[in-house]
Amino acid sequence: MNGANNMSDVNNMTDVSDLNGTANSMNGEQEHIFYARDLNIYYGDHHAVADVNLDIYSKEITAFIGPSGCGKTSVLRCYNRMNDLIPIAKVEGTLEYKGLNLYGSQIDPVEVRRRIGMVFQKPNPFPKSIYENVAYGPKVCGMSRNRSELDDIVERSLKRAALWDEVKGRLKSSAFGLSGGQQQRLCIARAIAVDPDVLLMDEPCSSLDPIATTRIEELMDGLKNDYTIIIVTHNMQQAARISDKTAFFTTEENAETGMRTGMLIEFDIAEKIFSNPNDERTENYVTGRFG
Amino acid sequence: MTTLEVKPSNDLSVDLTGKQSRRRKELFVHIVLAAAGAVSLIISILIIWSLLKEAWTFIFNVEWANVWSIGWFPRRGFYDVKTLIVATFITTGIAMAIATPLGLGAAIYLSEYASKRFRAIVKPILEILAGVPSVVIGFFALSWVAPQIVSRIGGSDGGSLMAAGIGVGILTIPLVASISEDSMRADPDSLREASSGLGARKRHTIFSVIIPASISGLVASFIVATSRAIGETMVVFLAGGAADTAIFTSSAYDGSLTMTAAMASLSSGTDSVVGEGLTFQSLFFVGLILFALTLVLNMIATRFVNKVRERY
Repeated sequence: MNGANNMSDVNNMTDVSDLNGTANSMNGEQEHIFYARDLNIYYGDHHAVADVNLDIYSKEITAFIGPSGCGKTSVLRCYNRMNDLIPIAKVEGTLEYKGLNLYGSQIDPVEVRRRIGMVFQKPNPFPKSIYENVAYGPKVCGMSRNRSELDDIVERSLKRAALWDEVKGRLKSSAFGLSGGQQQRLCIARAIAVDPDVLLMDEPCSSLDPIATTRIEELMDGLKNDYTIIIVTHNMQQAARISDKTAFFTTEENAETGMRTGMLIEFDIAEKIFSNPNDERTENYVTGRFG
Repeated sequence: MTTLEVKPSNDLSVDLTGKQSRRRKELFVHIVLAAAGAVSLIISILIIWSLLKEAWTFIFNVEWANVWSIGWFPRRGFYDVKTLIVATFITTGIAMAIATPLGLGAAIYLSEYASKRFRAIVKPILEILAGVPSVVIGFFALSWVAPQIVSRIGGSDGGSLMAAGIGVGILTIPLVASISEDSMRADPDSLREASSGLGARKRHTIFSVIIPASISGLVASFIVATSRAIGETMVVFLAGGAADTAIFTSSAYDGSLTMTAAMASLSSGTDSVVGEGLTFQSLFFVGLILFALTLVLNMIATRFVNKVRERY
């Protein structure tokens, strides 16, 4: 670790405790699917996220929690290079997916996004039929040759997303006729239709009512057998309920520029983060004293 | 069972009658705005009425064999409207064949590919282009498009329907581009993100999501531009290659008169058109056909848009 300034020194200390945490309380045999070292994100001049070191493990749910502006969504959007869509965004550092540098010059972001799917904060179905929404990904990825194959994919994906029984009679009607919770499950079905490896979820329940939220949480619990899931959430109870591991982010103000920079404070198994965290800031946040 | 007793309050300090003068002002504003709306309605009715009145005289008195004859020679009693209609279709067809791909291409580029800065510079330029007087485009079509382009693709270097059509096409590109761009930019970014997030390439996002989602705006831009092309007068009058008469032709390389050009040339001659049999009335007859044509076009467009629109 080569800390050049004070801020990264502070952060590097947290890193060490992180890595220790990994050795102590995490299962050492698990394989990680994402490997991030010194990940920095900038929006123009704004240093949005500083020096994130984080391993994401396969076939489990990792939750990112923290106050607004702490950079959890920014970090999430690095994993499928969604930040590329923002012209002023710049990502530095190492981010590997199964040993491949995601930001290497040979990497095609489109290929990345086929394997690493995303579900957004607000349900954003296409203005098309329910069927066409789910079939869109397989179609543009050239996955299916014929209609019956596509029908199978659509049915399987909708079943996976626990939506099939509610919509099987009206696959041809507009996706906008669905309720918010159904739309979000449709977006999940759409994401898993291309058979990704990882699902990134950016506060997928923040615009849903408690019943719809519960359904999505149950769904995620079933999905983690097949997919690696990373979820950003503002809801700490949700993170505690569903996540296997939890990463806590927060922001600190730069004394010189006055701009806020997000950083990873602590990453550990969820139980430990919510019952006995190492860092005082994490404890303050999860017990509701801050943020 | 007990009944709930409600006692009316006698609080006289509350006055809900409101100020008379304010209510009158509200009524006044209401009437002024309604009148403004009514004026345009009345003008429309007047236009239709004046068209119908003179066209009626023409329809009842004309020798119909002359309305379907060898060409448009109104001062000699030959009112072959198919000459004008075919010429109009030719110029409009050429114009849209140019304006639709170029306008749509420019719109897609500006909306989906161009950087914010580039768009901020180019969009206003495009809108200035839309404001170029059609007489200027007409001269451009006659003095540059005809010798430089039409003569090289087998036509003459003077006025022709081809030169006029290209001129009208140039005139309508900014119209197509501007309206299409607005409608594609109105699609929320969440759609673009959803599509990219599924591993769609940009061209898939554009052709499978953005264009279908904004189809009503795109069709609208096509219809507005077509109406504009049909109604365009100065370019086809100057570059169409016919002065005030035309023999029937279905070749774009010939000179001919469109409906609008025929009307303009008839009513701008030095000798008075009134009194020459039905010459004056023929103007209104052509005008009526033009009016009916654009009306039908708009109705088809509305139907089409309602049928294919993807609802949000």
